[in-house]
Amino acid sequence: MSDITLTINGREVKANRGMTVLEAAQAADIYIPTLCHYPDLEPYGGCRLCLVEIEKMRGLPTACTTPAADGMVVTTGSAAIDSVRHASLELILTTHPCDCLECHRRHRCGPYDVCLRHVAVTDRCVTCPANEDCELQQVVDYVGVHKLRIPRDTRPREIDASNPFFTIDRNRCILCARCVRACQEITCIGTIDMSYRGYAMKVSTFGDLPLIETDCGSCGECMVRCPVGAMFPKDIIRPEREVRTVCTYCGVGCSMYLGVKDGKITGVRGVREGPVNHGRLCVKGRFGIAEFVNHPDRLTTPLIRKNGRFEEASWEEALDLVVARLGKYRGDEVAVISSAKSTNEDNYVMQKLARAVLGTNNVDHCARL
Amino acid sequence: MAGLATSFGSGAMTNSIADINEAACVLAIGTNTTQAHPIIGMNLRSAVKKGKTKLIVANPLEIGLVRDAEIWLRHRAGTDVVLLMGLMKVIVDEGLADEKFIRERGENFDAFKDSLRHYPLDLVEKVTGVPGAKVVAAARLYATSHPAAILYTMGITQHTHGTDNVMAIANLAMLTGNIGKPGSGVNPLRGQNNVQGACDMGALPNVYSGYQSVADPRVKEKFETAWGAALNPTPGKTLTEIMPLAHEGKIKAIYLMGENPSLSDPDASHVREAMQRLDFFVVQDIFLSETARLADVVLPAASFAEKDGTFTNTERRVQRVRKAIEPVGDSRPDWWITCQIAKRMGAKGFDFESPAQIMAEIARLTPSYGGISFDRLEKESLQWPCPTPEHPGTAILHTELFSRGKGHFVALDYKPPAELPDAEYPLVLTTDRSLFHYHTGTMTRKVKGLNLFRKEELVAINPGDAAGLGIADGEMVRVVSRRGRVTAKARLTEASPPGTIAMTFHFAESPTNELTNPAFDPVAKTPELKVAAVRVEKAERAAVATG
Ligand code: SF4
Ligand code: SF4
Ligand code: SF4
Ligand code: SF4
Ligand code: FES
Repeated sequence: MSDITLTINGREVKANRGMTVLEAAQAADIYIPTLCHYPDLEPYGGCRLCLVEIEKMRGLPTACTTPAADGMVVTTGSAAIDSVRHASLELILTTHPCDCLECHRRHRCGPYDVCLRHVAVTDRCVTCPANEDCELQQVVDYVGVHKLRIPRDTRPREIDASNPFFTIDRNRCILCARCVRACQEITCIGTIDMSYRGYAMKVSTFGDLPLIETDCGSCGECMVRCPVGAMFPKDIIRPEREVRTVCTYCGVGCSMYLGVKDGKITGVRGVREGPVNHGRLCVKGRFGIAEFVNHPDRLTTPLIRKNGRFEEASWEEALDLVVARLGKYRGDEVAVISSAKSTNEDNYVMQKLARAVLGTNNVDHCARL
Repeated sequence: MAGLATSFGSGAMTNSIADINEAACVLAIGTNTTQAHPIIGMNLRSAVKKGKTKLIVANPLEIGLVRDAEIWLRHRAGTDVVLLMGLMKVIVDEGLADEKFIRERGENFDAFKDSLRHYPLDLVEKVTGVPGAKVVAAARLYATSHPAAILYTMGITQHTHGTDNVMAIANLAMLTGNIGKPGSGVNPLRGQNNVQGACDMGALPNVYSGYQSVADPRVKEKFETAWGAALNPTPGKTLTEIMPLAHEGKIKAIYLMGENPSLSDPDASHVREAMQRLDFFVVQDIFLSETARLADVVLPAASFAEKDGTFTNTERRVQRVRKAIEPVGDSRPDWWITCQIAKRMGAKGFDFESPAQIMAEIARLTPSYGGISFDRLEKESLQWPCPTPEHPGTAILHTELFSRGKGHFVALDYKPPAELPDAEYPLVLTTDRSLFHYHTGTMTRKVKGLNLFRKEELVAINPGDAAGLGIADGEMVRVVSRRGRVTAKARLTEASPPGTIAMTFHFAESPTNELTNPAFDPVAKTPELKVAAVRVEKAERAAVATG
């Protein structure tokens, strides 16, 4: 497959035609900081962090938009790169509400700690849903920004909390446009866009309506691509572990991870290697599972109707009753209705019971409905 | 899926989901893909956006995909056969048919071709309401784009002539050689997560797992030997027949797992009565559904997050479902409960300790699942047919031969829907789906956020019709059919064509299926949920009139 060879930082690297310089470097485990790049979105070239030097090319091209070519000689670190990259990142940070990013003791600071010069640490990374899972933090760590040379712009920006499942907090937005591109390229709905210029630039909907009043399908594809804490789910519980399974809602069969903590489902994440969905999910799969699985109305014990009312019963009692009453009927006088929501194994034993035990082929499910 | 079985010998999606991205043209007929199969909808939209795929939408409702379509055929509900035969007549008349494919792989073509003369363009235009020029343009686009795929769902099957609709679609694909190649095919998108699997497993009255006929003596013998039980060679009754039989007292006991026929079935109030008349009714579910409330015994089932197993998606892909948490309370996996009942009835062959063991038996007795095992599914997913442990699975069916040998062209007559609008019931009701809810809402209605998007039934009605009835947007209306009446809020929208209203059936408060027609297709036994004659009236006036 590898059909071209390029040199990155003095190392020979194989790549496929059609890859960008960034993809070639990543395939060879060479780190280049990025913020606006996302693997399944078209190259954008907006954040100017992935700068590299390429022999016989002028200036500092962005690795994420430059196609890799055979024989190319690339350098990912130099004084020139560092200085421009530093400036790009500072520009991003001037509108980011988080002073602690440049604070050297950031990693020792916990939620609601009070630091000497400020009040409680409530508008910092420590209280941000993206904390420790934030690409901006990683890039700042790598580039090393300790002081901003441009004054901070802390004017508040609008928060859109109208969607029941996720929030857009524009205060933390770094204008990478990943969300906008996801909505345009992945869902192809185009509910959100980058609008206005300069300071006023922001992620917005047509006519600046709250998200809930638009054609947004609430898939959350925008949210999962946000590199920072500007788009985040309303219910965030970090799972202890994740289990790969398949969505229970529709026949597409998307692969998903169920997050688990304390014996409960915390949330859902798409599986990028999923053969059908490649990480994508719709609103039902992404946001519609934990709440019904954990719902207090779930049946937790067998029920038997006595004098017209349901009474709780043990499995022994319930199964004995079913065996005694259902077992009386055979053939044409009995039917079994199986389920298009249950597993193959559930369905198989159900039809086997109908045929081999109850002696009837009266077995069906809601296939036609 | 009986129609596809007649034409090709197999009723499943011929191609794969990923494959749609390779189609030069997609005809989406009777599918509201972006709502019912959102990820496939995303694929379609992005293929169109990249300029790779041209989309033809055939749907009476102005669904989301219409925006992405090159051509929108807004045919009247229930006139699919005429539309499709009209398209095929244009293709044949203009010499766009794939003669080589027809010669080599088809049969009965001449009789079919002859039947096309019943579908001249002016008649097609009159019956379907689609301008002739659009029919011609769509026929040309579909026939000259290679490869071309057809997607369809319930909009095609839920008719008294659903089997004819499906056979018409199969004819169209064969006529243009669009079978057995990537990006082509006839692709019924299955609605519920494991409807394909439930069919594959033989949760059907006429077949064992893998569509092995109960009436076939050799099959019967094979299962009798494997199961150690005498088996009944007479096909049983379908759900649409079971309920009336229960109503008549002929079926006395039902064991029902995870379904909610009191909302999902046509003429739902009749169905509820039927279930109430049973001598004994057991329901196994995760919630106390509207149906479970009618049971004598309710058995609490574990949800998909609490059990191991497999689902088979719409493209025949068998995938592993894994237990993430313990079953809540005292609930148990469905397979465990069923095996307990069987064992306690003294049956042998239900000593399964895990779903993996059940799958081993399925594989042993089901040729198309022969190579599938939990071991393999740990690392990969497999599309059936997968006959042996070495077999990689099958992404595209009928690449060289149809399952039945040659593809059968079927000559078709137009049969109007069982119930047509008249003076008393002047409107057509068709059922639709919302992106935010699923089936009868037993799961999605429990999710507050989803209810925020859509918390109640909306009767989508054309503003012209609404004006005639003096109904304003958001006003409560009563929808009345020969079978029942349902109250819901009106939504005025051009998405509904004049003369047609659309409703979902996600909401227990507005049980749409009390209105729908249980008349069913004679072959597939699929009820006509897509066309019922109704009238709409203001709710207050109706209240006064009846009160
Ligand atoms: S987005 Fe990242 S850098 Fe900004 S506050 Fe949140 S965690 Fe900190
Ligand atoms: S949730 Fe989906 S549809 Fe809504 S804005 Fe985000 S990407 Fe677009
Ligand atoms: S909301 Fe997130 S993804 Fe969207 S532009 Fe802002 S930072 Fe980027
Ligand atoms: S995530 Fe959405 S599209 Fe995917 S299987 Fe679930 S319901 Fe279907
Ligand atoms: S990652 Fe290349 S410019 Fe942002």
